[in-house]
Amino acid sequence: MSPLTYIFLLPMLAALLLLLIPRNFLVVIRGIALLATFASLVLAVVVFCKFDGNKAADGFQFAQQQDWAPSLGISYHVGVDGINLGLILMGAVVVFAAVCVSREIKTREKEFYILLLMMGGGILGAFASLDLFFFYFFHELALVPTFIMIGLWGKGENKNYATFQITLYLSLGALLVLLGLLALYLQLPLHERTLDLERLTQYFKAHPMPEAPQRLIFPLLLFGFGILVSLWPFHTWAPLGYGSAPTPTAMVHAGVLKKFGLYGLIRIALPLLPDEAQHWANIISVLCLGNILYCGLVAMRQRNLNLLIGNSSVAHMGFAFLGIASLNLIGITGTVLIMVAHGFLAALTFSLSGYLRDEVKTLDMDQMGGLLRKLPFIGTVMIMAMLAGCGLPGFAGFPGEVLVLFGTWQRSEVISAMAVWGALVIAGVYMLRAIRDIWHGDKEWAGISDALTFWRRLPYGLLLASLILFGFFPRLLTDNIKASVAPVVRMVGVEEMEMTPVPKGHFTR
Amino acid sequence: MNSELLIRHLQMEGLTLEIAVAGLALLLLLLDLWTAPQSKSRLGFVAVAGLLVILATSFLIHPGGWATPGAMLAQDGLAVFFQRIFLVAAIFVLLMAGEWADRIPMGIGEFHVIVLMALTGMMLAAAANDFVLVFVALELISASFYVLVSFQRSRLQSLEAGVKYLIQSALAAAFLVFGIALIFGTANHTNFVLLSREAAALDHNKVYWLGVLLVLFGLSFKIAAFPLQVWAPDVYQGAPTPVTAFLAIASKAAGFVLVLRVLFVAMPKLAVHWDKMLMLAAGITILYGNLCAIPQRNLKRLLGYSSIANAGYLLVGVAAVNPSGAVAVLYYLAGYLFTLAAAFLVICVVMRDNDDIGALAGLSRRSPLLAGALALAMVSLAGIPPMAGFLGKFLLLRAAIERGAADSGCYWLAGVTIIGVVISLYYYFGVIRVMYWAKDPPDLSPIVVPARVQISLAACMVAIVYLGISPGSVLAGATEAVKALKF
Repeated sequence: MSPLTYIFLLPMLAALLLLLIPRNFLVVIRGIALLATFASLVLAVVVFCKFDGNKAADGFQFAQQQDWAPSLGISYHVGVDGINLGLILMGAVVVFAAVCVSREIKTREKEFYILLLMMGGGILGAFASLDLFFFYFFHELALVPTFIMIGLWGKGENKNYATFQITLYLSLGALLVLLGLLALYLQLPLHERTLDLERLTQYFKAHPMPEAPQRLIFPLLLFGFGILVSLWPFHTWAPLGYGSAPTPTAMVHAGVLKKFGLYGLIRIALPLLPDEAQHWANIISVLCLGNILYCGLVAMRQRNLNLLIGNSSVAHMGFAFLGIASLNLIGITGTVLIMVAHGFLAALTFSLSGYLRDEVKTLDMDQMGGLLRKLPFIGTVMIMAMLAGCGLPGFAGFPGEVLVLFGTWQRSEVISAMAVWGALVIAGVYMLRAIRDIWHGDKEWAGISDALTFWRRLPYGLLLASLILFGFFPRLLTDNIKASVAPVVRMVGVEEMEMTPVPKGHFTR
Repeated sequence: MNSELLIRHLQMEGLTLEIAVAGLALLLLLLDLWTAPQSKSRLGFVAVAGLLVILATSFLIHPGGWATPGAMLAQDGLAVFFQRIFLVAAIFVLLMAGEWADRIPMGIGEFHVIVLMALTGMMLAAAANDFVLVFVALELISASFYVLVSFQRSRLQSLEAGVKYLIQSALAAAFLVFGIALIFGTANHTNFVLLSREAAALDHNKVYWLGVLLVLFGLSFKIAAFPLQVWAPDVYQGAPTPVTAFLAIASKAAGFVLVLRVLFVAMPKLAVHWDKMLMLAAGITILYGNLCAIPQRNLKRLLGYSSIANAGYLLVGVAAVNPSGAVAVLYYLAGYLFTLAAAFLVICVVMRDNDDIGALAGLSRRSPLLAGALALAMVSLAGIPPMAGFLGKFLLLRAAIERGAADSGCYWLAGVTIIGVVISLYYYFGVIRVMYWAKDPPDLSPIVVPARVQISLAACMVAIVYLGISPGSVLAGATEAVKALKF
């Protein structure tokens, strides 16, 4: 069996195991959850290290395929290439960190851990799957616990409304995707019908899809996936939902689950529906500006930290979409890099704001200030995370955004320029203002304490370290991503712009 | 007509399962005479044992393939598939009746007999290859249900439900028989195979069309779909819980096998002409069921509306007019059987005199098994993986989109289905929420669950998950079964 199977199966098996454990054995429950997610993290690291970069262009590694429902053309098929390699690693890190910070949950802990493990296992399974049925199946498995968790453990007075909105929006998005995937599958002649992504790609490479079905399927996938990724103007569920969600849920959803839509677009919509991708590219890039500028301006007005982070995370998704809309190698490589970077970043900021909410009992920035004196560790990490959020070099977001902007420049200078403005000026304004309002000032605080022990610091440290690691060495990811994105771009049919690596010693005197 | 011809005409050798069920019913009627009143509920176990034997036998008989022209019965794969659904449903219903027996002061000896009579009707309906037999089978089912629905004679609600069912069922039967008369009048046949041979000649006969339309109108009562769906919530709410379960699972499945046979055996090509009408009926049924279910507080009534919504989903498979649609209908019904059996078993044990959803409060602490089973059933009904309901809806949507290439209306229907599914999340999750997270449950006394109910629930739960993650064998069975249909 492929290690990929274990990566998502371990959390799920742990969830089943927890069902059998009485609820008062809290230590055992937490232990099992930590152990399972840590084991899947270790496996993800092993897969990441053992992945053979020289063969990245040749297709999927660590593949495993088994018949499941041959009459429907469904098989269990997992594998990794450069695109999902980093996502799986990021997912495993975030899920482990989310389990670490789950100690903030004080009621019905057993159910919470079961749902969190289901969610984590489900989304890792979705990223590993190369069969569209399981791709959808695992995502749905991860999505439903999200709704329950927000509904039951959520916070704030808007909890019920947020649950209602996020459930309706995301279910609708997921079902639109299902329709699109089914329609795609039915384009194949009767005896060749398969939901296997590799075989679908081969088939459509040999027999490009006619225009009429493309015109139907692409919008279904674009808006279905778009709703899941909070593409403007379908983003309203996101800030509200994250504002009300319990911290671990917000971390896994904003960090990992949300990337599913972008991943689906890159993996399925672009290569299989190239003509419509070209037609829609300009529309997508305009919608992205909605994300980047509109949601950025909305974030500027927020006085609640979680709503600010939620809106800024929506704004970041705009960059990821912008890279997709560029339809060239640089842009899409940048998108994948942003997906990984933003996964770490979103998880980090939400986990920190969860810590603040627990300690300070409020997230209203007007009532905060001067907290850095009391919370040196948390404060430092958060300031670094916020600087990473405005695209400071040295963090993983920066190379991703740069690549996306380069890719977009090729397509439209105007849009690229506006996006830069959004990234640098707007994000700079709200992030720096938040840093000033929360951490600086002369307000005195009593009765709050920093994260002091190693175990309490571990999740934040792990996420921050990943951000910095991929910020300084983005080539750990980009080389593999580039090799796997190149066939996608070839299928879309835009002439390739070669991404030549900077020659060694170029910057040295 | 000599006796040999008569035997061939009735295809007695194919009738084994139906006759066995009828025989079991008569045996129970006799046993009832010699059983003391206090031990009458034990007769249910005799019936269950008998049905288990019959179910096992059904795996030994090889379906006879396509019926001989003129035969009353078609003992084909389709018939056997549905007969198994009916047998399993009846077994669960009889087990529920055992739980529910103490609520009837006058004993429930004849209850089992009537359930078996209804079952005989359903078994005949599954194999019916002639409109005359269709009518006989449906009347047998309906007449049995008249008694069953109003079985709690001391309860006003039960009697009210019985009257409502009687009146509307009689109305539907009247439409049906009028339709059959028109068909016989124009085609001179009532046999499905012979009718299908006349199809080309009758293609433009308006009277014949009216006949078929009336037949479908009558059948829409049985499946609880638009235009005759109004009865379902009232009757589901008032009827004794085991009867509600039997109506929701088996009676609906019986309606669907007849719809499939009438449309795709007797009147090939007609469904293609009428697919717009079928789609409209499916769409309206989905929206009606789901929207009306939102405000419901009575669980049985909620399941009544949910049953309408599910009839709508199943009609999507019929309106797709292709083999994948029919396969999806069969698969969906198989999953629906176990899902609803689990739900009604729990209702039967927990809700003794109060069907309000609030009565479920704190169930997770009173009995984790019951709460888990009902939650699993609701999750499956909501169509969430890895349950049977998800795969069923997946297959239905696939069929609809496959048809969409020929008729873009099906894309709209798939869209309506999705809207229905999203709406249904709200009320199905409402039930789960009350069980697990209600504030201040009034009653926290543990519920004792008898071993037979535990086993049945475990079987249902395993089946729900099995059908969701390992569809191979049942899917192959369904694919084989729909070969009896022509598209």
